[in-house]
Amino acid sequence: MVAIHGEDIPVAHDHDEKPAFFERWFYSTNHKDIGTLYLIFGMFSGLIGGFLSFMMRMELASPGIDIFTNEHTYLVFVTMHGLIMIFFMVMPALIGGFGNWFIPIMIGAPDMAFPRMNNLSFWLLPVALICLMVSFFVPGAAEGNGFGGAWVMYPPLSTTGSPGPAFDFIIIGLLAAGFSSIFGAINFITTILNMRAPGMTMHKMPLFAWSVLVTAFLLLLALPVLAAALFMLLTDRIEGGTAFFDPARGGDPQMFQHLFWFFGHPEVYIMILPAFGIVSHIISTFSKKPIFGYLGMAYAMVSIGVVGFVVWAHHMYTIGMDVNVKAYFVLATLVIAVPTGVKVFSWLATMWGGSIRFSVPMLWALGFIFLFVIGGVTGVVLANAGVDTYLHDTYYVVAHFHYVLSMGAVFGIFAGWYYWFGKMFGFHYSGFLARLHFWLFFVGVNVIFFPQHFLGLNAMPRRYIDYPEEFAMWNEISSYGAWITLASVAVFFIMLTEAFLKRNKRRVGNNYWGEGATTLEWTISSPPPYHQFSVLPRIDGGDEGHDH
Amino acid sequence: MRAINAMLSTMGAGAVSLVAATVAFAQDKQVGPEPGGWFFQEAATPVMTDLIWVHNMVQIIITAIVIFVVVLMGYICIRFRESKNPVPSKTSHNTLIEIIWTVVPVILLVIIAIPSMNLLYKQDRLPETEMTVKVVGNTWNWLYSYPDYENVEEWVSSPLDKTQAETVGQPYLLATDAPLVVPVGTKVKVLVTSVNNMHSWAMPSFGVKMDAVPGIINETWFEVYEEGTYYGQCSEICGINHYYMPIEVKVVSKAEFARFIAAGGEPADKFAALNIDDANGGAAIIAANE
Repeated sequence: MVAIHGEDIPVAHDHDEKPAFFERWFYSTNHKDIGTLYLIFGMFSGLIGGFLSFMMRMELASPGIDIFTNEHTYLVFVTMHGLIMIFFMVMPALIGGFGNWFIPIMIGAPDMAFPRMNNLSFWLLPVALICLMVSFFVPGAAEGNGFGGAWVMYPPLSTTGSPGPAFDFIIIGLLAAGFSSIFGAINFITTILNMRAPGMTMHKMPLFAWSVLVTAFLLLLALPVLAAALFMLLTDRIEGGTAFFDPARGGDPQMFQHLFWFFGHPEVYIMILPAFGIVSHIISTFSKKPIFGYLGMAYAMVSIGVVGFVVWAHHMYTIGMDVNVKAYFVLATLVIAVPTGVKVFSWLATMWGGSIRFSVPMLWALGFIFLFVIGGVTGVVLANAGVDTYLHDTYYVVAHFHYVLSMGAVFGIFAGWYYWFGKMFGFHYSGFLARLHFWLFFVGVNVIFFPQHFLGLNAMPRRYIDYPEEFAMWNEISSYGAWITLASVAVFFIMLTEAFLKRNKRRVGNNYWGEGATTLEWTISSPPPYHQFSVLPRIDGGDEGHDH
Repeated sequence: MRAINAMLSTMGAGAVSLVAATVAFAQDKQVGPEPGGWFFQEAATPVMTDLIWVHNMVQIIITAIVIFVVVLMGYICIRFRESKNPVPSKTSHNTLIEIIWTVVPVILLVIIAIPSMNLLYKQDRLPETEMTVKVVGNTWNWLYSYPDYENVEEWVSSPLDKTQAETVGQPYLLATDAPLVVPVGTKVKVLVTSVNNMHSWAMPSFGVKMDAVPGIINETWFEVYEEGTYYGQCSEICGINHYYMPIEVKVVSKAEFARFIAAGGEPADKFAALNIDDANGGAAIIAANE
């Protein structure tokens, strides 16, 4: 994308001293170490969240209540699966993990702007996760432990409907996770706006940096709204406390939904935008071509971010809004399809005329495009309030958002993982195991989620532990997919183990992907020195990010 | 409740079938989820007919988009693979094609938006309705009443447990003991609210789904083509028995509806003989057996 004077980039070499183990991993202020911590944390949370969903799928494999002894526990699993996957898996992996690791390197900075705040951002997350874990085991509703009001936490179910302390623990945990993200967002914005290497203008900045910059602004604007809504829930829950959402005392339960989705909709872009950035780099690298329409790509993300703030009520078409309000939200939501289409077609145009190599990261990136398109077009169906009246809160919605998240965002995470694995750790993985992981995962998630479109069209509601016989067939097929996905997760960990055991035999050089990989991380060693760019690199050429 | 259910099943099928023989029902048309179905439930109202039409139109467009993207991706992967095309081009701009892939989606969205708006306004703007029903969500059953007919008292519509549903030949988790009764071919206004948690009164084959929110009265409407029994399910998470508060609507002829109202709502309560509310259901069945 930009011409870099490779020789001019001095890097610190072996003389950099790493701190001792405890100091390095617990007091860490190094962006790469914090990035690694985030990735390990995301993996750990992903296992918990995945276990919860696997149990749900096993319960739903056949009609009747077979596995859970308490219906409330099932709802707790539904709730925790959503919260853990969003706040403790996808966000830490994409933003905290890859963002921390590669934003400073890609923009030619030695570290993040506020290293100590970076440390605080990370360590708030385990605290938050512990709060959520505690909530599993303390009383929630009269029927059992844990909070079973779904990740949307609508009152009155989350206030008078869940009197126990379980939900208070979730509020505290989410506030901690929210502050973690806000601190992270401040850090990324400051770093990207102020610490780019000399010559790296905004329009020469790699697309991953653009995606994280937009994401950070979304976090900064959306999460305080969630924090406010959560605080209001907390004070509403106190005996004789406030009544923001209590209609008997003049409050409005619908107002919570507006506040929640004002955060909740940008949140879905927070999860997918960094994956857009990662996929752009991978497509470009393995096509050996610069990104097609770089500026269009960057500003498509900016416009998705902006429009993403004014479409929130399409999650609430059935709450009884005025029809003109619904009409506005339909049209605004449809508009998002345009910049999204620009992104998809620009990826294809980047590949057009390229010299395409189907390495493991490229497989994940192509899988990402395919699945994201399917998830995207069902979003166009759901945007129509009239049709959504039928599909709202059915499995069609579950299928839609798992196609964009469980397959979109997660494929983006794995694409980045396999793309930068050698860069982060200095050695390569087994291509065979990585491909096996890809194909099992690809087949598994499709078998899980594609039949759920049919269940939704047949009007099976979400968050049901038991269902009429008529829905049995597709549920059974969907649950087979859970087994395939489980196998793929096993292969993933075998792949990791094998790679670490053979680490000395598979050392990689600075730029192991070859000529297509043009961003700054490929100019330094793998793994990078503990402190890179003690003398800043200088970037020139590449007017507005493209070569002529 | 579990205890009562267990008791009911141990009381033996004989007791239940005796009662069943005395009440005739479920012989009419039944509309709900299709076994193994992969598409919409049958359309029972004009709104639902339009809804399916709009969906199908959008579905054709999005299917075409997916096929286009997949075929294009496959073509690119084959034609520009490394072995076939070792020297990549350096093209990173083409203003014309960028304009095309911005403008064409806009046109497609306009094509989608027009019928979508028509459907939305038809669904949401109430026509001159001929009668009103009031639906109140409760944890975990539905309360129905007719504001126009004060002689019919508000009643509770509770789910049938598995044994009861089998007894009366209706689907478990869809059938209720006392359905909402409305006349066929009549524009019915529905007022929906809740007395505790949020619920959602969803009747898929009517194209109706309206949240029951405490402190707020939402309204919607439907006009059913044919007589029959129609099933829906609560569609907003409302706690432990969210899955166990089905919705059943019995659509009858106008004459039958008039008789039903004149009789104070009793005759249409086809499960009255079963008397299966939770408090004394077991006792009633035992009494019937003796």
